[in-house]
Amino acid sequence: MSNNKKIYDKGIVFTGLVIFLALITFPFWYNRGIAAPAPEPELTEKAKAAKECVLPADEMKTGHMQLLNDWRNDVVRNADRMYVNEHGKEFNMSLSNECLDCHSSKEDFCDRCHNYASVKPYCWDCHIDNPKEKM
Amino acid sequence: MESRRSFLKIAGISALGAGMHPTLNAFASGGSDEGSKAVVKRNKEALTAVRWGMVIDTRKFHSEKDLEPIIKACDKIHNIPEFENKDHEIKWIWGEEFKHAFPEKDSEFLPDKVHHISFPVLCNHCENPPCVRACPTKATFKREDGIVLMDFHRCIGCRFCMAACPYGSRSFNFRDPRPFIPEDNKNQEFPTRMKGVVEKCNFCAERLAVGKLPACVEASNGAIAFGDLDDPASDVRKLLSANYTIQRKQALGTEPSVFYIV
Ligand code: HEC
Ligand code: HEC
Ligand code: HEC
Repeated sequence: MSNNKKIYDKGIVFTGLVIFLALITFPFWYNRGIAAPAPEPELTEKAKAAKECVLPADEMKTGHMQLLNDWRNDVVRNADRMYVNEHGKEFNMSLSNECLDCHSSKEDFCDRCHNYASVKPYCWDCHIDNPKEKM
Repeated sequence: MESRRSFLKIAGISALGAGMHPTLNAFASGGSDEGSKAVVKRNKEALTAVRWGMVIDTRKFHSEKDLEPIIKACDKIHNIPEFENKDHEIKWIWGEEFKHAFPEKDSEFLPDKVHHISFPVLCNHCENPPCVRACPTKATFKREDGIVLMDFHRCIGCRFCMAACPYGSRSFNFRDPRPFIPEDNKNQEFPTRMKGVVEKCNFCAERLAVGKLPACVEASNGAIAFGDLDDPASDVRKLLSANYTIQRKQALGTEPSVFYIV
């Protein structure tokens, strides 16, 4: 018995195995090459001219939501509306009137990144998303 | 022997884990040290007071018409919607009959005029605000300068404040207000509100911050005065000492900061 290494129904077993492997790895090869590339938020002319954001770009990338949270508490609860960054540059602490003054295309900037990261800030239920144009 | 071996293995791995802790913490808190060098402050031109107050000279109002421009100015600056259905109405400043504005002061033989004019009413920015006590999230709070403000970011729409306010100064957004803001009477620089939050007059906190008087005061042709109740030399205090004034529902002890010369 010990030298009888024959596999019964070899054909069916191996075809089954191949189909099984194909199915289980489906998500990997199906998505090859079509994974969405990380978006490039588009800077407006005004932002390009300003060169710098409120904080250095990498801090903005990771911390803009905390900054906005601080801003709204400072403005609404403490009546402080002026932010002076470490270079002494002054900013009016306002989401629509300051952030969107430089990043005036919300679609090409904020939304592009948020869609990719699947975040939906509810701020725009109240804050006007294109303060220069119509509501 | 076997169990001692595995005990040592687990102990070793745990020690490694504990050693990693500060490193992990450093990663987790990355970015939150921003703002340490930045400064937050008030605008230079901001108007400040110890206790803001208002004196309304009702002798200068002769009919509903006189109130219109005042209400319109406020509605525009704060993006107040207009609803057909009065149950959905949003009011920051509006006109009220004498008997509703001052129920305990109404009596049989008052001058005719009192019954014919419409009295401007708004949030009283009480010294003792019942709405602040009722709010479970501290969305409504009293600022250092006496203004009773709403932090819309915290409002959960429970409406306890509306039940607490004896003046009906608060409105609830039963519907999304945006589609009902008149095209020709709105302000791109001020946020709207959304369905499910309460709102009310903010004594134009956003205008005081940039050195402007409240919109209703500006539009009133001198019928409404605004200033610091704590400063004996202010316009409001001068008016208060020269005229007999009344407050709304004084007996309730809320101590309104809005006074009426009748
Ligand atoms: C004075 C104009 C200006 C203002 C105001 C401004 N930004 Fe920026 N922002 C920029 C510029 C310029 C960059 C690109 C900086 C760089 O690449 O070094 C930038 C970058 C960013 C980034 C990083 C984007 C990326 O992936 O590179 C974010 C996020 C951001 N801003 C959000 C905000 C928010 C939120 C506000 C309001 C709190 C704000 N910005 C206000 C000019 C501005
Ligand atoms: C570089 C990409 C990027 C850009 C550009 C960007 N954001 Fe974000 N934003 C994010 C990510 C990612 C999150 C979610 C972070 C999280 O959940 O921890 C986020 C979260 C937020 C939040 C908090 C949302 C919530 O529900 O808690 C706000 C508010 C916000 N962003 C505002 C803005 C505004 C305004 C702009 C444009 C001026 C902007 N962001 C541009 C990536 C970006
Ligand atoms: C229910 C309506 C509402 C929502 C939702 C809302 N806000 Fe606000 N927000 C306001 C109002 C009203 C003010 C007061 C404006 C003033 O006094 O100038 C304000 C003020 C602010 C301010 C300071 C002043 C200004 O002009 O921006 C910031 C910053 C802010 N909000 C950020 C946010 C962010 C970030 C979100 C989303 C995560 C958000 N808000 C969601 C209504 C809202």
